[in-house]
Amino acid sequence: MATSTVKTATRSAYWAGVRDGTPFILVASPFALLFGVIATDAGLTLGQAMGFSVLVIAGASQFAAVQMITENAGIAFVLLAALAVNLRMAMYSASLVPYLGPAPLWQRALISYLNFDQTYITSIGRYEARPEMTVPERAVYFLGVATPITPLWVLMTLVGILAGTAIPDAWALDFIMPIMFLAMVAPMMKSLAHLAAALASIIVALLLFWMPSGTGLLIAAVAAMMVGATVETWMETRGS
Amino acid sequence: MTYSAAQIWTVIALLGAGTFLIRFSFLGLIGDRPMPPLVLRLLRYTPVAVLPGMVAPLVLWPAATGGQPDIARIIAALVTVGVGLWSRNVLWAVFAGVVTLYAGLAATGQL
Repeated sequence: MATSTVKTATRSAYWAGVRDGTPFILVASPFALLFGVIATDAGLTLGQAMGFSVLVIAGASQFAAVQMITENAGIAFVLLAALAVNLRMAMYSASLVPYLGPAPLWQRALISYLNFDQTYITSIGRYEARPEMTVPERAVYFLGVATPITPLWVLMTLVGILAGTAIPDAWALDFIMPIMFLAMVAPMMKSLAHLAAALASIIVALLLFWMPSGTGLLIAAVAAMMVGATVETWMETRGS
Repeated sequence: MTYSAAQIWTVIALLGAGTFLIRFSFLGLIGDRPMPPLVLRLLRYTPVAVLPGMVAPLVLWPAATGGQPDIARIIAALVTVGVGLWSRNVLWAVFAGVVTLYAGLAATGQL
């Protein structure tokens, strides 16, 4: 009886993840399609373009790498730039530890492979809003969020390679992604400290936007975390 | 492009492995060992510290307009944040933002 209740709860956590991940099909598909088109234009073979989408699954860094390959930059520079774009995911990885740390290693490895902006922001939002979730529920929720996005990411890359046409710019799909991220972050503003962190992030990121490969964003993120923690400490001392 | 097939595959393999190691870093190695309270306090702000900074330049200087600020996109972003703060509901915020975006694009003759 108890086991079956746990199983049901875990299963419903998985389907909740699938449901919450589904809207991202809208933004991931055109992005993957565009990657397929651009990689093919750049002269990559079908296998190579697919290799990027399956092994890397990190859109921005894939675009950065292909761009630099077409400019004949050295391999070391291509890797440095593309990996710098992905460094923010080390912060994602660290911030998931309090929620997923006790999960089995294979689950943590699988979640790491699938840890990109959309799956991360959706999952962390759910974990914060529902502290009562168990570790297995959190793990399957994450996999649930990835379920509709990841296969489509791969499939739409293939469609882009084969069809060779991207979705017209006039649809402004470039801006659906920022809207979705803003919509997910806004409800997370639970305190003055969160608001201060977000403002610090915006200001520093804009000031450092000229820096290459998203390194400005990394500095902005670290500064914003420090602002958030400082304001939190300040509010505690003030409250007591 | 002067890259050979082997060189491209080298980039793909190393970028794939490196990206996985970045993602696996803390979650894989720390596991359920306790982290210092100060670190936990900093990490609580990860989503609100990364995403606003990632999105802000896209809102102010969108690539689609060649980096020129676009009033339709700026208003859509503000409406999304406003509805998100007020309703605490992701889907309402997305809906309001997308409707505002297309209304704004239509009003400014971009649609």
